[in-house]
Amino acid sequence: MDLSVVILVEFLYAIASLILISAGLAVIFGMMKVINLAHGEFMMMGGYATITAVNAGVNIFFAMLVIAPITIGLIGLIIERLIIRRLYGRLIDTMLATWGLSLFFIGLAKMIFGNTTTGVSTPIPGLSIGDYQINGYNFFIIIIGFIVLALMLFVLKGTRAGLIARGTMQIPEMAAALGCSPDRVYLVTFFCGAALSGLAGAILAPLVGLTPSSGATYIAEAFITVIAGGPALIIGLLSSASFFGTINQLFTFAISPIVGEVMLLVSAVILLRLLPQGITSKFFKGKF
Amino acid sequence: MSFNRRTFLTGTACLAGASVLPRAAIAADSIKLGSILDTSGIFDAYGKPMDMAMRLAINEINAAGGLLGKQVDVVAYDTQSDMALYTQYAQQLTRQDDVDVVHGGILSASREAIRQTMRKTNTLYFYNVQYEGGVCDRNIFITGVTPAQQVEVLVPYALKNSGKKVYILAADYNYGQITARWIQKFVGDNGGETVSVDFFPLDVSDFGSTIAKIQTVGPDLVFAPLVGGNHLSFFRQWAAAGMNKRIPLASTTMGAGNDHKVLTPDEGDGIMVAYNYSQELDTPANNSFKEKWATAYGDSNLIHELAVSTYQGVMAWAEAVRQAGTIDRDDLIVTLEKGLSIDGPAGKVTIDPQTHHAVLDVHIMEIENQGMRVIETLPQRQPIDTQEVCDLQANPDDNTQYEIEI
Repeated sequence: MDLSVVILVEFLYAIASLILISAGLAVIFGMMKVINLAHGEFMMMGGYATITAVNAGVNIFFAMLVIAPITIGLIGLIIERLIIRRLYGRLIDTMLATWGLSLFFIGLAKMIFGNTTTGVSTPIPGLSIGDYQINGYNFFIIIIGFIVLALMLFVLKGTRAGLIARGTMQIPEMAAALGCSPDRVYLVTFFCGAALSGLAGAILAPLVGLTPSSGATYIAEAFITVIAGGPALIIGLLSSASFFGTINQLFTFAISPIVGEVMLLVSAVILLRLLPQGITSKFFKGKF
Repeated sequence: MSFNRRTFLTGTACLAGASVLPRAAIAADSIKLGSILDTSGIFDAYGKPMDMAMRLAINEINAAGGLLGKQVDVVAYDTQSDMALYTQYAQQLTRQDDVDVVHGGILSASREAIRQTMRKTNTLYFYNVQYEGGVCDRNIFITGVTPAQQVEVLVPYALKNSGKKVYILAADYNYGQITARWIQKFVGDNGGETVSVDFFPLDVSDFGSTIAKIQTVGPDLVFAPLVGGNHLSFFRQWAAAGMNKRIPLASTTMGAGNDHKVLTPDEGDGIMVAYNYSQELDTPANNSFKEKWATAYGDSNLIHELAVSTYQGVMAWAEAVRQAGTIDRDDLIVTLEKGLSIDGPAGKVTIDPQTHHAVLDVHIMEIENQGMRVIETLPQRQPIDTQEVCDLQANPDDNTQYEIEI
């Protein structure tokens, strides 16, 4: 009984962390069609922003939930103005440019923070469930993961800003004709995407040893989740994160973490063979 | 005036020739020590303090009048954590710079990349790093600890402080696999039982499911020879789940690169380790070493196991040169094989003639408040793992890295 609760929490945790890792990319790549290879570095910088703030005496929750997303959002803003806005609609070029950016950010982080592993400890103590001890921070990640998802759904579906953003991404000329400046909409959307990536990096920072090259660990999972999700942003993210999170944990518990990772990739290959446009091209059609 | 390729080549050849001449003249009255380390890139946390330790040793030797009446010059190359550069710089050191001895290499891969070049060019080579053991080559001397030296003393101590059921989590490459085998052997020898062994590739950083799995097995002790920044997450997540208060941890790697200073006292306290060196070693030799380091570099925070091994390696070589009265490779090997020993910051270091590894003091320690508190010192431990497979006295032409079977 206790074990099944522990396992359930680990499953939810795996799903929530996939949602967090992929949310920023879902906005920047899924909505804006910018292949952001610097996504992992946005997360890495989110982690460093948190650690720097905590070392300066800031409350860790404030650092993770406010400082990191805003800092990375602002960095995203500068990048968008300087580089990305010249590349909308040019998929391959965005890939090259953001790859360069990713190398640049890794180098920058090495210069500023050095090449050693750093980190902060988790702010939430462990809990006992019956005979088992479990990382209390897992619950925090689960909650934040689902709040992020709900918030994205609410903003995109329930507010005027979300409507304008969706419309502009579909047909920018029409949005312009109706009096919205696509330039500004792109800018704000990119800010949100970068901020979400920064948030994910910040939330995961207490669980890992952070180095300037940490971003690389997340990038593959993030792209696979977003691509397998398909055209519907929120439902796609939720369904693919659930699918991959479940597969990963299933094999991790049954066999080992390595097999879990391998099966995640194998199932992604099979899934994309059967549903090349992603899960939501077939299921939940027309949903959000 | 025309400037074609031919004139360019003659010109540069003349220049090169001219620059070689005076250098060759200087070389006669100085001894050249080649150093090859990753002082930038992902391994620089290991390499930088090693480079500092090497320079500290050489400055000390030169300040005391050098060796054989000559000053020692350092020829150092930064391999930038790139294995391909090791082969390139090894060629440069041995063929162009014509050094008398080479110290360096960090990862086992880097050592194997340059070992044969050193052997072919008859350049004496010192590898000053804790590694998986088993290298058997008359041209190389190894001053770091091997798994058996650590595990032999750490396992009985850890078992005594916990219980008989041991769960092993190891890094998934030759170091982790070989070390895991040694742990299993010594657990068995000491009346314990290994209940499970899990291996993790170096990029795994999520240990949540593993921690749950460990609890379903319910061991008395977890042994974790994990390696690198991603694996550091295990110790963090272990503490975050509150497990550090329930099941004791032991490791052969935690702290070797000063990684225990990244963990908070709450996360790190109580982890049992065994090394040749600890900053907290309270001996006159270590205190004066730390003082020398602090005078040279500001403070002594960066000193770690590998840096001290490097310092001891350079000092052992220098002592051999003094005793042999020459820098000739063969004479030095003979001198070192007499069981030469020096007193380093971590205690006495004796060269084992049979394996060219080091007989070292091993200290059992517990991590406490981001330091390593010494609990017990076991003097002069033999490299028993390598001794099992390697006998350079009987087979001086051996040139293999043995995979030790247990």
